[in-house]
Order: sequence, then C-alpha cells, then structure tokens
Amino acid sequence: MNAMKRPWISATAALALAAGLGAGPAHAQQKTIKIGFISTFSGPAAAIGNDMRNSFELGLDHVGRKLGGLPVEVIYEDDQIKPDVGVQKTEKLIQSDHVDFIVGYIWSNVLVASLKPLVDSKTVTVVTNAGASELAGPMCSPYVFSTSWQNDQTPAAIGTYMNQKGVKSVFLMGPNYIAGKDMLHGVQTTFKGQVVGQELTRWPDQLDFSAELSKAREAKPDAIFAFYPGGAGIQFINQYTQSGLKGQIPLYTAFTIDDLSLPRLKDLAVGVPGAQNWVNDLPNATNKKFVADYHAKYHSSPSFYGADTYDAVALLDSAVTAVHGDLTNKEGMRKAMEKADIQSVRGKFTFGNNHIPIQNFYLQDAVKNPDGTYALHTVSLIVANDQDKFHGQCPMK
Amino acid sequence: MLYLIEQCLNGVQLGMLLFLLAAGLTLIFGIMDLVNLAHGSLYMLGAYFAATFADLTGSFVLGALLALIATAAAGMALEVIAIRPLYGRSHLDHVLGTFGLILFFNELVRLIWGPAGMTLSLPSEMLRAVQIIPGVYYPIYRLVIILVTLAVAALLYIVVMRTRLGMLIRAGASNREMVGALGINIKLLYTLVFGLGAALAGFAGLMQAPILTVQIGMGENILILAFVVIVIGGIGSIRGAFVASLIVGLIDTLGRAFLPDLLRAVLSTDAALTLAPALSSMSIYMLMAAVLVIRPEGLFPAASR
Repeated sequence: MNAMKRPWISATAALALAAGLGAGPAHAQQKTIKIGFISTFSGPAAAIGNDMRNSFELGLDHVGRKLGGLPVEVIYEDDQIKPDVGVQKTEKLIQSDHVDFIVGYIWSNVLVASLKPLVDSKTVTVVTNAGASELAGPMCSPYVFSTSWQNDQTPAAIGTYMNQKGVKSVFLMGPNYIAGKDMLHGVQTTFKGQVVGQELTRWPDQLDFSAELSKAREAKPDAIFAFYPGGAGIQFINQYTQSGLKGQIPLYTAFTIDDLSLPRLKDLAVGVPGAQNWVNDLPNATNKKFVADYHAKYHSSPSFYGADTYDAVALLDSAVTAVHGDLTNKEGMRKAMEKADIQSVRGKFTFGNNHIPIQNFYLQDAVKNPDGTYALHTVSLIVANDQDKFHGQCPMK
Repeated sequence: MLYLIEQCLNGVQLGMLLFLLAAGLTLIFGIMDLVNLAHGSLYMLGAYFAATFADLTGSFVLGALLALIATAAAGMALEVIAIRPLYGRSHLDHVLGTFGLILFFNELVRLIWGPAGMTLSLPSEMLRAVQIIPGVYYPIYRLVIILVTLAVAALLYIVVMRTRLGMLIRAGASNREMVGALGINIKLLYTLVFGLGAALAGFAGLMQAPILTVQIGMGENILILAFVVIVIGGIGSIRGAFVASLIVGLIDTLGRAFLPDLLRAVLSTDAALTLAPALSSMSIYMLMAAVLVIRPEGLFPAASR
C-alpha cells in the first residue's frame, strides 16, 4: 500500500504546508506558546492517538488553557505509525511551524527516527509513551524528557511477578520492531526461569499468530509472555483464547490489555495479568480528578497512553512558570522539569539522569463490574521506584 | 510430525481466508476488467455489518447472514453509483478512482461506527480447540473457516461452470460486445457480478472478524496478499486463485513456523529472531516474482479456465 498512499501523503503535506504558511506571521504581537503534538490519528491505531489528544486537551482545560500564564496553541500531526512520516512531521513542526515544544510519540521506532531533528534543534520535548532503550541510554538529550518509561521496565516487572508465581519456563512473543525487542529483553532481565522459545512477529501488518501459538503449545512452557500494543493486542488475545491455550498455559502481558481494548475484549481479558506504571484506580487526588473529568467529557475510560500524556501538560506548565514565560531560557526550563515538581496521576515520581521517570510499577487485572462493564484495577505493587537499566549509558549526569 | 500437521492446517486456514478475498477480486477483474482497490473496503464493511447485526440479533449466524446480504447490496449500490463511470477507462483511472473509495469508506466507517473498532464475539462453544487426530489440537473456529470456505468454493465453481448465470459470466469475460449484441443486459450482469464479489469480500471480512479485528483500514494489508494471490494464480481465474491462496497461505505460515529455527542453526539467536519474520514475509513476494518471470500469465491463465 505504500506506493498507493503516496499521493495522499503529498496532498496532506501540501495542505499542511499551506496551513503553516498561512498561520505563520499572524501571532507577532502577543506571545502564544506553540506545541507540536505527534501521535497516530489515522488507521487502526487512531484510537490510541485520540486518547492521547483527549487527555492532552483535558490537561490544558485543567490549567485554563494557559502554560505559565501564556495562551497555548496545539498543532496535532499524524505519524501513520511510520518512522519516515514521523520524521517529516517532526521536521515540519520544528522548521515551518517553529513550535516551542513537541509532545507525544507512541511508537519507539518513530521516536528513534525523529530524535535527531529534536536534539539538533534543541526543542524541548516530552515523550509520552515510546520508551526506546536508545532514548534512555546513548541517545539521551538535555531537552528530551519522558513521562512514560523505558521499554524494558514494564516487562521486567512482569518477570518479577512471574518469579513470585513460581513460573519456571516461559515462551516470549512480541512484534519485530525496537519496542518488541526491548520488551522481550526486559522480561529476561528479571525472570529467573528458563526461556523455552521466543518469537518476533512482523510489524505492524501480521494478521495471524496461529503459527507462533502452535509453537508455544509445542514448547510446553509454564507461561506465555506477550507484548502486543493497540489493535494487535485484541487480535492476539482473541487467537490465544480460541486456540484453547487459555486453560492450559497462562498468559502474562505488557501493554497488551488497556482501557481502549478492554471494551472489545470483555471476558477474554479477565484474569490475564499485566504490569503498568499507571492504573485508572490509583488512589491519588490528581488521578481521581483526571479519570472523573475524562469520563464526564469523553464518556469512556482513559488509558495509560492518555494518563502519561496528561502529565506532560503539568510538566510543561512547571517549565514555563519557572522561566516566567521566557521560552528562550531553555536551561531554566530544563532545570525546572528535572525537578518533576508536579502532581502526577501516578503519584510522586522523580527523573533519572536520563530524564526517564523513576517510578512504581503495578500489577493490573481486568474485572467485570456488577453493571456488566469491564475495568482494569490495581492488584498490587510489583516494584517501587524502579529505574531503568540504561541510565548508566547516558552521558548526562 | 504432529506439529507439522498443525502448522499445515494453519497455512490452509490462512489460504482459505485469502481465497475468499481473492475470488471476488479476480472475478471482478476477469469479467469486468476492473482493478478494484476498494475490495478491501467491502471486506471491512462485511465485518462491521456482521458485528453490528450480531449485536442487534444476539446471534452470530443470523448476524453473518444479514451482513452478507447488506454487503452485497452495498456492493451493487457502489457499482451503480461510483464504478460504472470507470468502465472503459484505463487501469490507472480504476486505481485512482477505487483508491479514493478506500479513503471514502474509511471515513464513512469512522463517522458511523467511531474510530475504536468493534468486536464480533464467537459463541462460547467456539472458544476452544478440539483434538482432530491424537495429539493434534486445533481451534474449532478455524476448522469451521476451512470447511465453510471449501463449501463456498464448491458453490462458486458450480455457479460459474454449471448455471445459466455462470455461462453468461464466462461469456461476458471472453467477449462482452457479443454478449451485449445477443440481447443480454450486460449492465445488470456487471452489477450482479460486482454484488457477488462484494458478498465474497464481506464474507471473508466477517469470517476473519473473530480471529483478527474489526477496525478501520483492516482490509488494506490483507488486500496486498490477495493481489499477490491473483497474480500468482492468473488474473481472472478462480481455480488459479484457489491454488495460489493455498500456496501463499502455506508458504507464509510454514515460513514463520520453521525459518526462525533453521536460521538459528547458522546465525545468533538475536539475528535469527529479527531476520526470520522479514524473510518469511519476503518469501511470498519472491514467489510472485518467480512466477512472473517463468509464467507471466500466472499459474492458471484465464484463457485456460
């Protein structure tokens, strides 16, 4: 489809260019903060992008749509899950829109491709989902912050939980891109049992996991670990259940069941454990307000994608406030952001030297409510104040 | 050995799904000489209709039947409204026109059903595996797909080869002017054929819905495979589509099943893990390239149907 989509891309680019040119000189007199927001707004993963946009908009509502007292304009751009498109959009935001901040990024491969223009232009960036190990290690940058995690951390928490459950052998599955490799690696950093097999599947277009599930059955492990974000998670859980494996080999997940997929998975997700840095029932005041207002405004549950994006607003607000609106003072903003002096929806967290949060990871489980709806809830704390394993490779102190 | 049988079944099952999609595509191309990129959109419509009707009626089978009728109707309406002006124009115009339809249908589905996608749930008795021969467990629903698709393939064969409608279809494919001159309403025939193709696409969409997903753009990736199938099989040939679907399904599945282990024998685990999915997905296209070099008309050229 790549070739076929090209006319559409160039048409979009032309339109975007026209819009950018038209909007350029208008705001000379009153300072408006321009934020570029990159996520996926087309195709199957648009549900994730919408959740992130909704949460960011809600966050802006909660600060009166002003950061440090200055009005905000957000430019949303669609990366189409493609690294090449992500770079184009990033460069467009930096070079023709002259944005002050860039926020977003779901996909680790899109992020890694886009890092160079971000770092070269010293654009203050808040990554709200992607957690490539490169970002945490050698490619860390003074002006790039993350409100999410490094990819290894969540599966590492699940590895710890599998040890607690007495799992002796595991079969690992994930998609064949940066994040998939990080995830499979992450489990093995903590899991003490044996890895009897691992499979990377084509990304993002593999439709059918029957060959891999047959292999998992053949390998006879105590457990299967899977990482399949977005729609692929629904596909995977469906096929896992239909293959009859659900009763035989228990499944442990990272980023496979979330608040976006749960309404579609329903009973299939119940009893499948996962790890997460945020769950919608975390009992702090900020989170309660976030979840309640999200329900009121959008009539659905926010996901972790949204929660980490919501935190980006507070982080940017703290930066702009600290420099009294002087956006040229990037050092001042960096120092303010490093303090992580915000009310996060996940509770208190701090930043490591590489600007990746040091935070708790929880065990989450899907339950059926008495009214027939489904929800994710926190079962227990798996690991407290966890720091990623790559911060030593980051030259920043 | 038992493991090999299980993986072969997986391949056959994927091939069957591809056949349902490719049959409609090749029928429309062979008879109407129309390149229909929007075939994947009809596949998507079939799945969305089935999910909606199954929700309304509470029955999977009833929902599927209603969805089939609705997709065929949507296909015929589409033919009358948007496809007719494309006849007699160049294939590039077909590609551009039907590509526009893909965008249109994606947005239409977003407007009607929202961006989140839907679920077509199976009855709970379908959510397990059965032992087909000692030691080989296979998901019931996938067996159902194989059997139902075989039935559809047989039915299609009978309709095309043994009925008056099929005779007209075959006649229309070889010489449409002559068929028209003999007083057959060729416009109506085209509308019917397009409706049949749409129904096949919709059927593929709703059959795969419980395994894969019901979401916007779901038809686009699998449509590429369907095109590969009809190129390998011979454009316009239903028999070719059937054989090529099986070949592509088996190559794709067996590649994924065995390549990683084969590569691990010569490469490091990490390299093998990364390389295997890429190689197995390439293998289908390498086959297509080979077929194009050796038999440019495909395995079963339409003339020899």
